[in-house]
Amino acid sequence: MKLALKLAYRNLAGARLRTFLNVFVLSLSFVMIIWNKGLLSGWDKQARRDTINWEIGGGQYWHENYDPYDPFTIEDSHTELSQAILNEEKLGYVTPILIAQATMYPQGRIQNVFLKGIDPEQTILELPSSYLNIDIDEIPVCIGKRIAEANHLNVGDYFTIRWRDKNGTFDAAEAKIVHIFKTNVPAIDNGILWIPLETLRTMMQMPDEATLLVTSQEKESLGELDGWIFKDHYYLLTAIREMIEMKSIGGSIFYLILLLLAMLAIFDTQVLSIFRRQKEIGTHIALGMTQKQVVGLFTVEGAMHSVLAAILGAVYGIPLLGLQAVKGWAMPGGTDDYGLTIAETIYPAYSLALVLGTTLLILITTTIVSYLPARRISKMKPTDAIRGKIQ
Amino acid sequence: MNNSTIIQIKNLKKDFPIGKGVFTALQNVNISIKAGEFLGLIGPSGSGKTTLLNIIGSLDIRTEGEVTVLDKNVSILSQIEAANLRSVYLGFIFQTYNLLPVYTVFENVELPLLLLKQPQSERKKAVEDALEWVGLEDKINSRPAQLSGGECQRVSIARAMVKKPKIVLADEPTANLDAENSHHILKTMESLNSELNTTFIFATHDEKVIQYLQRKISLVDGQVVNDEKVTNNPIGG
Repeated sequence: MKLALKLAYRNLAGARLRTFLNVFVLSLSFVMIIWNKGLLSGWDKQARRDTINWEIGGGQYWHENYDPYDPFTIEDSHTELSQAILNEEKLGYVTPILIAQATMYPQGRIQNVFLKGIDPEQTILELPSSYLNIDIDEIPVCIGKRIAEANHLNVGDYFTIRWRDKNGTFDAAEAKIVHIFKTNVPAIDNGILWIPLETLRTMMQMPDEATLLVTSQEKESLGELDGWIFKDHYYLLTAIREMIEMKSIGGSIFYLILLLLAMLAIFDTQVLSIFRRQKEIGTHIALGMTQKQVVGLFTVEGAMHSVLAAILGAVYGIPLLGLQAVKGWAMPGGTDDYGLTIAETIYPAYSLALVLGTTLLILITTTIVSYLPARRISKMKPTDAIRGKIQ
Repeated sequence: MNNSTIIQIKNLKKDFPIGKGVFTALQNVNISIKAGEFLGLIGPSGSGKTTLLNIIGSLDIRTEGEVTVLDKNVSILSQIEAANLRSVYLGFIFQTYNLLPVYTVFENVELPLLLLKQPQSERKKAVEDALEWVGLEDKINSRPAQLSGGECQRVSIARAMVKKPKIVLADEPTANLDAENSHHILKTMESLNSELNTTFIFATHDEKVIQYLQRKISLVDGQVVNDEKVTNNPIGG
C-alpha cells in the first residue's frame, strides 16, 4: 500500500496539468458540498432558534380541539385555566395565549386576522409584549413588520377591529398600533394582531380562558394536563425540518451533478490511462509487480485525486467558507415573504462531521470510480501490454 | 541441472490461437544456458525470439515442455511467484525503452528497488552507481522526453542492472539506435557482464549486436537451427 501510494503520488505529480484539472474540479465539489450543507445547517439552526425563542418556547399545550390549520376549530378551542396552570403561570413557567378570529379595517379596507391575546408581562417568548402594557382608550396592538407593510400601517395608526364574542354577538372597537416588531418567524407576524390577554378575554367574554399554553425553555413539559395536548419541539418544528430536508434534497441534486462531473473526469482519466499507459502497465509487470498490484496502483492513483482535492479545497475553501461563516450570506429581499423562517443574513454552520463526512463520501466514490476501469488491467496479457498493443 | 546452469529449456512448444486455428511460435526448443553467458537468440522477424524471451522472463507461459529458470519451473509459478522471480532475479531491456514518461531518470532507475522495498539510502547509492555505469550521472533529474534515444536505452539498462539481477533479458535493445549509440550500449552491457557476471540474453537480428555475442542461438520458424559459441569474438571478449 505504501509503495502504491508513493508511486501513485509520483505519477500524479508527473502528470501535472492533467492532475491539476481533475483535482481542481473535484476540489470544487468538496467546497460546494460543504458550503451548501453548511448553509442549510446554519439556516436550520437559525430557524429553530428563532422559532423556539419567538413562537414555541419550551413546547406548547394545545386545547384539545385546537387545530391551527383549521379555522373552524378556533371558536371551540378555549377553556378556563385550572388552578395548577395558574400556579405555573405565576412561577413564570407558562404563558397562556387566547386566539380569536376578527376583521380589521385599516384605512377602510377589510382584512381577516387572528387576534392573539398575550400577557404583556410574559418573558417566555421574545415577542415584545411589554409594549402592550399601556393604558389607552383604544385596544393597544402590537404587529409584525410583514403585516404592517402589507397594510401600510405605522406605529400610532388607528383602525377598527370587529369580532364576534363567545355568545355570537358582533362587536367592534378602535385599535391603535403601539409597536411594530421585526422577526424572522412569519408565523407570528402574517395576519396576526397581538393584544393584551385580559383585553381579548374581556372582548370575547372568556375570563381566565386560553387556546394554547407556551411553556418556558427551562421547564418544557408540565406533565399531563386535562383537556390539553402537549406538543413538543419535534412536533412543532416539523415544518422547518421538512423544509430543510426539501432544500437539502434540492442541494443534493446540485452537488450530485457537480460530483458526477468530477467523477466523469476521473473515470475518463482512468479509462484513457489504461489505454494510453499500457506500456507502463507492462513495464510494471516486467519489473516485478503482479497484475493485482498494478490494479491497486491505478486505483490508488485515481483515489489520490480526492486526497489532493481535499488539500486544494482546504487551501482556498477554508478562508472562503470561514469568511462567509463570519460575514454571513445576505438573503435576497422578499425571501421572507414566502412564509419561511429565514433571517436577512444566514450564517453557515460547518461541523467536523460535515467536513469528514464529505471527505469520506468523495474518497469512497472516487475509489470506486477509479477501481472500475482499473479492473481491466488484470485481464491484460503482459506481453501485449509491454508492446503497447491495444487490448 | 549442474551448478552453473541457470536456464534449462526442454522440448518447449508455444502455440498462439489465431481465429479458429493455431500458430506455433516455438517448437521442440532445447536450450541450456549457464551463468555469465552473453548470448543472443538470433533470427528473422517471426522466428520466435521474443516469445522465447518472454517465456524465460515468466511474462508468458509455454504450451508444452519445461522451462526452468534459477531452479524454478516458470510454467507452474503462480502470479506472485512469477512476479517475485522477475523483481529479484531478472532485468528487462526493451526495444522501445519503456521508461515511465512522468518519472525522472533517477525515479525510473529507482523503481525496481522500490518494488524490492530497499531502504532509501541503499536505493540512492545503487541508482547513482547504476547511472555511473551507463554514464548518465549528469541526467539524473531529466525526464525521458528530454533524452536522446541512446540515453533512454542507457537509462533502461541502468534500470535493468540497478538491482544486480542474475539474468538480463534484452529484446532488440539497439533496434531504434544508430551505430554509435548501439556500440556504446553494447560495450556497457559487455563490461557489466564481465564485472558482475550477469547473464545477458538478447533477442536480436541486428548485426551490430550479433558481433558482440559470445554465443549465438539461431531460430527459424520457432525451431533452433544453430547453437554456436564464438570463441574469437572480434569485438567482445
